[in-house]
Amino acid sequence: MTAETASTRLPATGVPRLARGVRLRHDEARGQWVLLAPERVLQPDPVAVEILKRVDGARSIDAIIDDLIAAFAVERERVAADVDAFLADLAEKGMVEVEP
Amino acid sequence: MNEVVNVLARTVAEAAALVPQPLPVPYGMLAELTHRCPLMCPYCSNPVELDRRNAELDTETWLRVFEEAARLGVLQVHLSGGEPTARRDLEQMIRHCVKVGLYTNLITAGVGVTPERLQAISEAGIDHVQLSFQGATAEVTDHVSNFRGAHERKLAVAGEVRRLGIPLTINSVVHRANIHQIPDFIELALKLGARRIEIAHAQYYGWALRNRGALMPTREQVFHALDVVEAARERLKGVLTIDAVVPDYYAKYPKPCMNGWGRQSLNVTPSGKVLPCHAAETIPDLDFWNVREHSLAEIWQASPAFNAFRGTDWMPDLCRSCERKEKDWGGCRCQAMAIAGDAAATDPACHKSPLHAHLLALAEADAAAGVVDYDYRRFSTPDRAQ
Repeated sequence: MTAETASTRLPATGVPRLARGVRLRHDEARGQWVLLAPERVLQPDPVAVEILKRVDGARSIDAIIDDLIAAFAVERERVAADVDAFLADLAEKGMVEVEP
Repeated sequence: MNEVVNVLARTVAEAAALVPQPLPVPYGMLAELTHRCPLMCPYCSNPVELDRRNAELDTETWLRVFEEAARLGVLQVHLSGGEPTARRDLEQMIRHCVKVGLYTNLITAGVGVTPERLQAISEAGIDHVQLSFQGATAEVTDHVSNFRGAHERKLAVAGEVRRLGIPLTINSVVHRANIHQIPDFIELALKLGARRIEIAHAQYYGWALRNRGALMPTREQVFHALDVVEAARERLKGVLTIDAVVPDYYAKYPKPCMNGWGRQSLNVTPSGKVLPCHAAETIPDLDFWNVREHSLAEIWQASPAFNAFRGTDWMPDLCRSCERKEKDWGGCRCQAMAIAGDAAATDPACHKSPLHAHLLALAEADAAAGVVDYDYRRFSTPDRAQ
């Protein structure tokens, strides 16, 4: 269970997915991951890429955090804060939608 | 010892300067599928000499071009025109773009597009739709586009796009007849459920240059418009993204046109010519290669037109010695051509250009003269394809 702190902006049980018109893909020509949005090409950093790869419309935020902990052996508190901040930011920009 | 190190360092630096820099990889491609369009906007970005239907590339060639674009590194394709829905094979092209991994953006005027057509476009996998509004009210839209009822049709298309769940951008080109409507354009975008709006000040090439006298706003109008946009941007953070194409006749620094010639994007015309920007044909003597004869990669890398103003070597001293040379990229080549009569001159929009005062005087004279009649965009002689 994730302890929901005052700083958490999204529900841990919510299921995030990329909004229509937003796509994550590997860019072979430049050897990097890109997030494509209307008239925008964003270059997510390696941490953001790992989060985005798990945003599939099926996994909850909690499940994404569990997955990252298992894959990278990192502290839950730290990961939870990163995931929440990152997804909340994208949600605010309309690039991610969270099913409660 | 230090001396030796310095000499070595210098030699290495000199050698590095001799090694050709790797070519940039383009991010975006503007695919002008056709020049046919029911609207007649007097600032249309298409050339004054429009391609006719019988000169247009066939479906197969376009599909090859999209494939080559994806392989070259293009990430986003902007399906534009003219009016791209005039092409009956549009859905087939969208499906192919999706298949080869391209992000697809439809740039439409939204006139003559039925709900059934939009449904098919949606099902083909379009990622985003950009819809133009020539005015924030029916009166202005219909007048500027010279099409009675255009505004009503656009409203219906916007509703349909949102009903299908496709993200929507509103594009409004602003000039003297509608610059006072910027707050209304923003309200309209919000009401229509758009997440993004482009407030694009008319850029004076081709048709717009021909109509500059009827389009140019006053300096006061332009600066007021900039303030209005800035305030709205702050107020609507997280609700509506506002992107602006800046007016440069009254500016101090030139726009970094295309973020540098042949650096990030390319443009394919209906007949297959590949241009570094959509206005590039206003520069005489540039040798544009065609996708009928060359692959897109060959054209990007080796065509004379793309290499003419790439990087900074072509620049006049005024630009090459400027600390902003890799920020502004010398401004706009087409504007240098239009105003200075020399495509390799410093963009007169730059305050350092000897023609800067002349450019300002042109704008002020046009804004004051108050011409009202447009020379509407049209094919040079009657064309059965419209």
